[in-house]
Amino acid sequence: MAGELEFERPIVELRAKIEELRRFTSESGVDLSDEIQKLEARLEELTESIYANLTPWQRVQLARQPGRPTTLDYIRGICEEFVELHGDRNFRDDPAVVGGIGLVDGRPITLIGTQKGKDTKDNIHRNFGMAHPEGYRKALRLMKQAEKFGRPVALFIDTAGAYPGASGEERGQSEAIARNLMEMAGLRVPTVCFVTGEGGSGGALGLGVTDRIYVLEYAWYSVIAPESAAAILWRDSAQAPRAAETMRITAPDLVALGIADELIREPRGGAQKDPAAMIRTVRGKLVSALEELSALSVDERLARRYDKYRKMGVFVEA
Amino acid sequence: MLKDLFQKKRQYATLGAPETAPARVSAARSEKTDQIPQGLVNKCQTCGALLIAKELQKHLYTCPNCDYHFPLDAPTRIQVTLDEGAFFEYDAGLTSADPLPFPGYADKLRRAQQASGLREAVVTGEGTLDGHPVVIGVMDSRFIMGSMGSAVGEKIARAMERAAEKRYPLILFTASGGARMQEGILSLMQMAKTSAALRRLSDAGVLFVSVITHPTTGGVSASFASLGDIILAEPGALFGFAGRRVIEQTIRQKLPDDFQTAEFNLKHGMVDKVVHRKELRPTLSLILRVHSGRGWADGR
Repeated sequence: MAGELEFERPIVELRAKIEELRRFTSESGVDLSDEIQKLEARLEELTESIYANLTPWQRVQLARQPGRPTTLDYIRGICEEFVELHGDRNFRDDPAVVGGIGLVDGRPITLIGTQKGKDTKDNIHRNFGMAHPEGYRKALRLMKQAEKFGRPVALFIDTAGAYPGASGEERGQSEAIARNLMEMAGLRVPTVCFVTGEGGSGGALGLGVTDRIYVLEYAWYSVIAPESAAAILWRDSAQAPRAAETMRITAPDLVALGIADELIREPRGGAQKDPAAMIRTVRGKLVSALEELSALSVDERLARRYDKYRKMGVFVEA
Repeated sequence: MLKDLFQKKRQYATLGAPETAPARVSAARSEKTDQIPQGLVNKCQTCGALLIAKELQKHLYTCPNCDYHFPLDAPTRIQVTLDEGAFFEYDAGLTSADPLPFPGYADKLRRAQQASGLREAVVTGEGTLDGHPVVIGVMDSRFIMGSMGSAVGEKIARAMERAAEKRYPLILFTASGGARMQEGILSLMQMAKTSAALRRLSDAGVLFVSVITHPTTGGVSASFASLGDIILAEPGALFGFAGRRVIEQTIRQKLPDDFQTAEFNLKHGMVDKVVHRKELRPTLSLILRVHSGRGWADGR
């Protein structure tokens, strides 16, 4: 399969060797089934141990694997029916953010997220999933609409960050993100976000102030991308693996630091190995979270959301 | 009124400085970066005029020649903004931890505390401005570039909560490079924490004035700094999301000199008014008067 990463090479090589033995068996008639069985057991062991001992940088690489489900894949897999809605009503429709309304088990829901492309052409159209201010404003428009009609909101985050360009600055990238943080803190309907791949700083947080924060097993979420951190810290973006370690950006770190409510297991080797299974898992988590959250009163939910963010941070008080 | 400010030595209320005396550097600093004026003579980084300390002070640390605004440290900002002796500091003992931990951060904090005489990159408290009670917060760019970690976020969130409780208008002077990288994701979440506290302040109907000073970028720009009911900015102050170099690399173009300045933001509708430092106190005073005013029938 294409897109294997460097650290996955031993698995690929062993699998190729087993294939070769099988071919030899069928061609020559020599029975090597014992040998093959042993190698298959070793392959299982090797695969297990590689994915059980991933370094933070290896997780970052997995989070960026093409072939992982995108936001639209999740949305289409989660909803029986879905209508995509476009535009911020101010400037334009930002293709880096998608959203709309749909039905999950016959129940209404609004779904929004950053959208990466499936190939180079699509990625250019989607600006590699990096939103402009109008993307955040479209998301806010859809969230306010959800609030008006009393339906919950699911958010999917997979972005390297908000687009750092001149056009974004002119139209108030800061204001757009800031406004979302404030408005999402007070949104009266249940809200859940999933960090499905990359959680790049303010660009991710701009869709991430919710009742629940779920992080996929190989996703990362950080105040700064590891490459940028390395460039600042050691003046060398090639030190990104070291920065990934230092910054504590992996899913287990995010749970340990009290940011993520829960880590969602991925298929072994990552969501791209079995997108359908991944989407089913996320759908199940979304439905159960919304059932729990919608059982609370609005005031109770808002109070809990406030406390959740209010408690984040570690400091010393003399 | 401004003249009165400096007629006598002002009393300055508790600022919770660490035991170590602030290490004053007397020699002129590099002109590459904006420096807070120190010592007897300072050179204006824009027009090169040599300015003696007394004169600078008289002009509220702006250049009388070209109107360049020197950065202000938090104690001086509070002194020139609030009524004399009126400041009561909040949470002076609240300081940063090293939660990740991050290599070199503990040392960096210690050095910043020694050099600035502050415990953190923001000073918060309450006082009066022309008699109007206010909650005030001032970020200090000397302290790790005014960056926001957990302690800064917590102090600002508490200030917001107190403003909501007391129904005092909140004034925040921002100066920050953004979220503090050394605290990782916890810094990022301070953006959410402070914005959530602002949601409550706003719901309580309490005024929040954000005053943008040089430089205000990144996570501070993309949270409370941009959420003022009224946003004022000092002339020439840098105010934006991404850094100039990052943007130039992204779009592969040189940016105009005025990019992300207060004036640029005014033109693009991102700030309400660019206000010369000498006009800031009168402007804030007028805003407070308008918001404390009554007179029309209240249909509520």
